[in-house]
Amino acid sequence: MFLFMSTIAPAAYDSKIEGNVIFSRLDSCINWMRKNSLWPMPMGLACCAIEMMAAACARFDIARFGAEVMRFSPRQSDVMIVAGTVTYKMALAVKRIYDQMPEPKWVIAMGACASSGGMYRSYAVLQGIDHLLPVDVYISGCPPRPEALLEGLMKLQHKIDHERAITDQKKELLEVLS
Amino acid sequence: MSLAEAVSKLQEKFQVIQKIDFRGESTLELPSTQIEAACRFAKEELGFDFLVDISGVDNFGDEPRFEIVYELYTLKSNFHLRLKTRASEDHLEVPSVVHLWATANWHEREVYDMMGIRFSNHPDLRRILMWEGYPYYPLRKDFPLEGKPSDMPEVAFSQPAPLEGGPFVTIASPGHIEDREPRARHVADD
Repeated sequence: MFLFMSTIAPAAYDSKIEGNVIFSRLDSCINWMRKNSLWPMPMGLACCAIEMMAAACARFDIARFGAEVMRFSPRQSDVMIVAGTVTYKMALAVKRIYDQMPEPKWVIAMGACASSGGMYRSYAVLQGIDHLLPVDVYISGCPPRPEALLEGLMKLQHKIDHERAITDQKKELLEVLS
Repeated sequence: MSLAEAVSKLQEKFQVIQKIDFRGESTLELPSTQIEAACRFAKEELGFDFLVDISGVDNFGDEPRFEIVYELYTLKSNFHLRLKTRASEDHLEVPSVVHLWATANWHEREVYDMMGIRFSNHPDLRRILMWEGYPYYPLRKDFPLEGKPSDMPEVAFSQPAPLEGGPFVTIASPGHIEDREPRARHVADD
């Protein structure tokens, strides 16, 4: 028995294990893992949050895209879904929560208010969360339907899939450290 | 008791500046020195046990400039009564009625936050919607809709909103429908 195992040199083209080995780039593997398990930080600030809840429930089922683990702790989240009107009073709190999320992190601006202030051309409302945070995906609608949120999530997955996970982040790390 | 009885009792006891009857609603205007006593009388003697709302009105250009409106209701006899008082910009303070109706607490804080009217003897007169330290009173008529820049480091900041020629408002008019269409309106032009 012992002798038998030592005679087999583990290699991809061994006919016994060939079907279970895939060659790929490390970037692709990391991206594949990241995009299929995006844990959202639900930043529900207005009516968009209701649609976000609907997207998480059985009918629309955001779990089909691996983003069902809504974390109410920023330290365990990957993507912040800013769902609703960001008032100036709330804006810096949103920023503080974003700052507490570990890298890599993404932001979805859900709905007209989070994207641009929406119908609130007002003294009290921040005219788009992109004044404070780097937004990856904007979703139109007032509020957007759950399908729109799911499509936004798929767009984000597409974006993550085409990131160069290692080199880009190493570059950012170097910029931060310098 | 009916609304007319309640109004006449208030008129006997207090110095009513103005009495307005409109579609079955009565509004009494009282001097600010008497408003607290009138509220106490309305609650304890006339049975107005429910304070529906307190609101502030900015009659920009008039003197005295501000109005404070108390909307009262009696759950025993089921009718409304509106009390009003005025406050000038020089002495922008009216007595609080929190000790009569606990709900007045947040209503008065809102009036203070939006209009800058102070309520004496209020137990906790802080801003309620804007952040503590915001330098303006945004519902005053001379405050622009798009807002003004402000900054409190680590707390909050604000910037004017882009209005693109607006605000677009409907101006009530008995004329043709064209006259009532939403259009840009600037306070400075009026």
